[in-house]
Amino acid sequence: MSAKPRRAAGVLAAFTAVALAATACGGSDEPAGKDAKNITLTISANSIVGGKNSAGAEWIEKWVIPKFVEAQKAKGVTAKVTFVPSGVDDEQYKTKLALDLRSKGGADVIAVDGIWVGEFVQAGYLKPLSDIAGNQVDSWEGWSQIPETVQGLGSFEDKRYGVPLGTDGRVLYYNKKLFARAGLPADWQPKSWQEILDAGAKLKALPGVTPIQINAGTAMGEATSMQGALPLLVGAGGEIYKDGKWAGATQPVKDMLDFYTKIYGGGLGDPKLQQEAKGRDKSFAEFAAGKIGILGEGDYFWRSVVNPKDGIAKMADRDTTVGYAMIPAKQPGAGIRGQDFVSMSGGGVRVLNPNSKFPAQAWELLAFMSSAEAVKAELAGAARITARTDVNKEVLAADPMLNFVAEKVLPLTAYRPPLAVYPQVSVALQEATAAATAGKSADEAAAAYQKKVEGFVGGPGNVTS
Amino acid sequence: MVQVTSPPDEVVEGVRPVPGASPAPDAAGLGRARATGFLVPAMVLILVFLVVPAAWTIYLGVTNYRLTGLAAAHPEVVGLDNYTRALGDERFRTSLLLTLQFVLGSAVIGQAGLGFAIAFALRDRRGPLRRVVEGFVLLSWILPSSVVAFLWIALLDRDAGTLNALLGIPGTAWLLDHPMLSIIVFNTWRGTAFSMMLYAAALENVPRSHLETARLAGASTWQQLRDVVFPRIRGHVLTNLLLISLWTFNDFAPFLITAGGPEQRSEILPVYVYKVALSGGELGFGAAISFVMLLINLVIALIYLRMLGRRKESA
Repeated sequence: MSAKPRRAAGVLAAFTAVALAATACGGSDEPAGKDAKNITLTISANSIVGGKNSAGAEWIEKWVIPKFVEAQKAKGVTAKVTFVPSGVDDEQYKTKLALDLRSKGGADVIAVDGIWVGEFVQAGYLKPLSDIAGNQVDSWEGWSQIPETVQGLGSFEDKRYGVPLGTDGRVLYYNKKLFARAGLPADWQPKSWQEILDAGAKLKALPGVTPIQINAGTAMGEATSMQGALPLLVGAGGEIYKDGKWAGATQPVKDMLDFYTKIYGGGLGDPKLQQEAKGRDKSFAEFAAGKIGILGEGDYFWRSVVNPKDGIAKMADRDTTVGYAMIPAKQPGAGIRGQDFVSMSGGGVRVLNPNSKFPAQAWELLAFMSSAEAVKAELAGAARITARTDVNKEVLAADPMLNFVAEKVLPLTAYRPPLAVYPQVSVALQEATAAATAGKSADEAAAAYQKKVEGFVGGPGNVTS
Repeated sequence: MVQVTSPPDEVVEGVRPVPGASPAPDAAGLGRARATGFLVPAMVLILVFLVVPAAWTIYLGVTNYRLTGLAAAHPEVVGLDNYTRALGDERFRTSLLLTLQFVLGSAVIGQAGLGFAIAFALRDRRGPLRRVVEGFVLLSWILPSSVVAFLWIALLDRDAGTLNALLGIPGTAWLLDHPMLSIIVFNTWRGTAFSMMLYAAALENVPRSHLETARLAGASTWQQLRDVVFPRIRGHVLTNLLLISLWTFNDFAPFLITAGGPEQRSEILPVYVYKVALSGGELGFGAAISFVMLLINLVIALIYLRMLGRRKESA
């Protein structure tokens, strides 16, 4: 009878041994210093072949990895590089990264949204690039090609934590065919919010057409903040964070919410589209099908959504049918810094994992991925605003829309505050737009929003109203 | 709700401890020692996989621990702040209320009610009809939640929805206009089979002659149920309600079809915890809510166990 507990103890001991062996086997490689001859590196990004950002995943698998391995071989180093693809919502990807980094795991080179850098740094998940990989970081040729503002995407408190991939800008897209039918001009450029509403009123006469689509609500997530709430807020002269204080129920916040009530309360937008889990994709499909008149989006929409070649909602006649205009301030001169037109920008960066076993080589890989040659290969003939000025000069000339963003929109754009509490404030903003869309008054929605924000940022003392 | 009118001393078969099952007095000492020996590995496992995580959750619940930001590097003990925050949080209260609706609607009324109705309706039937009905209901039970969720999304979609096409009312956005109703129907459909099978077995215990007598005495169907059927299946009813209420209370599957939305209109507690703790990264607050859920689970269990009369017996 007493054999059973002993057997159980044996099983436990065996489990323990296996577990220990499993943890130990990670440390049995060659010397891991700068001169290691056998290296293994991992790249992680929220992209996957055949799914989310497929082209980016293909570039990593078919271009970056073989080329890098080849270059290392020439130096007598045997490199093994693997790509860990993901194709999930950004929030899920972020959670996974945070959990990986917290447990000292994760890939060596990681693609993140620039807005996450600050909170990851504060959590101790990231370290300055030069702390991880040494002096070679600061002497990299690429920095001179990346404008200071764009470098800001990968920086926090004046230290570089990542290499930016590029930036973007926001515009109003419109369907020229629908505009022609509604008697609106083909080269439309509204100069105030009222002119947007006026155009919407004319489009409303067309059967089966949703005149205006400005993202709202929490289902759209950060897309609501970037494509709706924040551009409108800066258009009303407000900033979400200024001089150490967050915006509460300020006049610009109320103006912004009031604009939502005018669109969705006035029958100019489809509120249900804002609530559906896949509402953003659906709105893309509807725009491509000629069912939406005016749509607020980033240049991503032009590049990756209605792109006739490889967009997710291809429009064969994109170049002739889709028009684009700068987002106007509430009235001329009412935007931040007294601007007539406004935009918001974001962008991705690639960071190094401080727990990398081959930090020097991980930087080499990161620098390699950010070289002019690699960036051009990633574009694969398509145009996009990259982080590198030299590449932009070459590729943007071929695309009038992206040139428009680079020349007209980027000079007047604004960035989100790189603070850890921003995502929570952003969600509160999304909830406020949802309330306004659902019929609450701007004042009510703004008051509820301020109450929530006070809870996140440490009381009314840190909020302006 | 089901009315229970059986005499208080009625006990379900199998719940009463079998007399004489305890070991003989002289062997008791040795037996106890051996039993303790057997229990050690189990206790170690319980400690490692249950007690430690539970204690960790309780501890996390009194910190401001987050997945990112400063509080991830330097979490602070904030006492009962998370709990007071939850009480003052309208979103939490709404979520709790929605969860109660969900349990009442889909478990108590939906699964138990419908399950009993089907079992009762089929009790004397044999042959193909019964098999078809049972097969259909069982199918809903054995399909994985994700598959069922996909099915219901396809069924309820506002543009391409099969239901809208069948009813001839295109444009009704079921998941948006009636999100709670949607997940209640979804969960009822998914779980009715279990209750139906349990009640079908329980109804076998009700002597047909008693029902026959009642019917001859002019009792209505409701009177027959109340006076003849329920007193005899009371234990089954309570066990069933306990199990499915707990399952439903902790069920995450509705997330698959509405993701708690639109906005927070179908955000039941498990979805709320998921959004707060994992999607929002607020691990401390999420842990506090999880602990509150654990307490609610215990309360549900205790209420049902008390109704079953187990506590009285073991006293």
